[in-house]
Amino acid sequence: SSAAMAAVRGRALLAPLGARLRAGPRAPLRSAASAPPLYDVVVSGGGMVGSAMAAVLGHDIHFHDKKIALLEAGPRKEYDHMPESYSNRVSSISPGSATLLSSCGAWDHVCSLRHKPFRRMQVWDACSEAMIVFEKDDLDDMGYIVENDVIMSALTKQLDAVADQVEVFYQSRAVGYTWPVPSHSCDTSPWVQVELADGRRLHTKLLIGADGHNSLVRKEAEIKNIEHQYDQSAVVATLHLSEATDNNVAWQRFLPTGPIALLPLSDTASSLVWSTSHDHASELLAMDEECFVDSINSAFWSNINHSDFIDAAGAMFRSALSLLKPSGTAVRQLPPSVAQVDPESRAMFPLGMGHAAEYVRHRVALVGDAAHRVHPLAGQGVNLGFGDIACLAHHLSAAAFNGSDLGSLKHLLKFETERQRHNVSLIAATDVLKRLYSTTMAPLVLLRTWGLQATNALPPVKVRI
Amino acid sequence: NVSVSLMTFSFSLFRFTVKRPYSTSHSSVDSKEMKKFQLLAHKWWDEEGEYSALHSMNDIRVPFIRDTLLSRSSNYHLGNPLSGIKILDVGCGGGLLSEPLGRLGASVTGIDPVEDNIRTADRHKSFDPVLAKRIQYKSSSLEEIVEESMETFDVIVASEVVEHVADLETFIKCCSQVLKPEGSLFITTINRTQLSYVLGIVVAEKIMGIVPEGTHEWEKFVPPEELEHLLESNGFSVQSVTGMLYNPLWGAWSWVGSTSLNYAVHAVKGGAGGRARPTDAPSQTDVQQHPATAGTAG
Repeated sequence: SSAAMAAVRGRALLAPLGARLRAGPRAPLRSAASAPPLYDVVVSGGGMVGSAMAAVLGHDIHFHDKKIALLEAGPRKEYDHMPESYSNRVSSISPGSATLLSSCGAWDHVCSLRHKPFRRMQVWDACSEAMIVFEKDDLDDMGYIVENDVIMSALTKQLDAVADQVEVFYQSRAVGYTWPVPSHSCDTSPWVQVELADGRRLHTKLLIGADGHNSLVRKEAEIKNIEHQYDQSAVVATLHLSEATDNNVAWQRFLPTGPIALLPLSDTASSLVWSTSHDHASELLAMDEECFVDSINSAFWSNINHSDFIDAAGAMFRSALSLLKPSGTAVRQLPPSVAQVDPESRAMFPLGMGHAAEYVRHRVALVGDAAHRVHPLAGQGVNLGFGDIACLAHHLSAAAFNGSDLGSLKHLLKFETERQRHNVSLIAATDVLKRLYSTTMAPLVLLRTWGLQATNALPPVKVRI
Repeated sequence: NVSVSLMTFSFSLFRFTVKRPYSTSHSSVDSKEMKKFQLLAHKWWDEEGEYSALHSMNDIRVPFIRDTLLSRSSNYHLGNPLSGIKILDVGCGGGLLSEPLGRLGASVTGIDPVEDNIRTADRHKSFDPVLAKRIQYKSSSLEEIVEESMETFDVIVASEVVEHVADLETFIKCCSQVLKPEGSLFITTINRTQLSYVLGIVVAEKIMGIVPEGTHEWEKFVPPEELEHLLESNGFSVQSVTGMLYNPLWGAWSWVGSTSLNYAVHAVKGGAGGRARPTDAPSQTDVQQHPATAGTAG
């Protein structure tokens, strides 16, 4: 009968469709009517690194006609002026990172909101007199201490400026990713599919994972991650100094329990980053404000961990050095003393290190903490992320100007090679430093004492750092 | 008559709907060549497969075309450098060169006599709505579109094609017909030298498999002098001839001084007055270097 014929014909039509569905668990159904919107780049994660990535690409002239999407799980963050009190989450921004933020116009906003340049970094040991001072010969700033909220606000403003290129999805958490099969099979969608919590789907030619050290992009791409939880948490707080001072020095002292750092926020305020054991961190949070302030001052000033042997050995080495290199020892400055802590500003978060075995896959790239996580002792975390952005944006810009497929591994691998070469040595060095300074054992203290003194005396090594 | 039987063979094989306007004994399409490419029609887009050398050739031929056209234009936007330019990609294959040109803003018409190639190209572009609009593919030879496309295109690109055509002079004449006055013709091809036999056929095809075996016939390679002569005597002015070299270790192409192997030509069709504009770049003996330009970030 005609109905039966129609049914058979209908089923025959559906058969190839079924084959396409069965072809693989990840082959999406291609239907013109319901095709998800296609973006050239989707950046997953709207933190400092993700927002900067989107802003830099959006301002790139070769991306003028491209469509970029930025996915952020949280709400929009913008301030016209900062609240009176400082936020307890701050970052040390290197001059290179400041240049990157300048390139997308965000640095001007940072300067007009709030930031503190510093000229000098003094790093010393709790177990000896050894110290190392970093400063530039000219009058340039070494770096800047900026509240993370300020950076976010500046980036939000600059994202608004390129709204034609960048579409920001706030309150939009990505919950799943679907990867394309290799392009030459040609039957299924060649794009990455992103699924949001509210069920919306996006397609993209390149997915950039900037979603932090627990990156979902990295996990779903099944990229191996070497990670290690340190037995440490960082305690942060906003501190008020006993007296106003030029406050243009960043201080860090290596205690056996972990480094304590004082980062200048203004002439009267500094930010604390104290990495210590989980137990000690909880104690610091629980104790009353006076005890807390006393602990900080004691950590910076006390010589309880010195031993006569180490002091003598250190002094001997220092005189030997001054024979060889008379100008090789710098003046030791004294850190400021703390008077009080901002109420409500104390917080702690656990520390770990991580490094992704691969930064890229076909149509995927990882930047920032999604690719590498490092101990805050070197103040490098976000700077590594900004470095990733500068490198990736450079390669994507060239690829766009060549008419290339943005998700092509060819240029993504160049980014990976460049950044892994740079990042791995720094992350490894930071890890080694962390372990080296976690001990009071004399031989190791001597080693690092002499090492620090020697490094302080040798300009080439210091410049590299 | 061999040419007539070639024509009938093509007719029966490909069922052209457009009747040939005239029966000519000269056709630029060689059916033996078509058969070779048909077998590999589905392999175009495997970047690591048989066509990997063509994929990496984009790294130099796209900037070459882009920068030449930018230098001849006074009105462009770096975000969309080829916007408003109509390009004909002759022998487009799977669309390897059409797509980057489309991404840079050009309106591209890609033609190829092998229907399977066109099918692959159409399918590949269909997933990107921007490209789908900017690029049109057609299964056709160059002669077949001449009548409907007189002086239609700003640019013709014939990359790795002239070493496969049966009649090069007809091919060039047709290019001239469909190109606007002062339009640009870009050709990349292989020289006919002892070196190109050893490296281009023996090593590339038989030993290293850089190119699928049987792809090229050395007798059809074109020396740059011959190409230049044909171009100049058919209304073109040759602007530059530059050597290209493939490094199989890195899988990368570069510009070189010698044209003994691969080379690229840029020629301009004479103006409306029928004479080509005077050139400041003498051809062949004075090769120009095309530095690899990375895109400048804005």
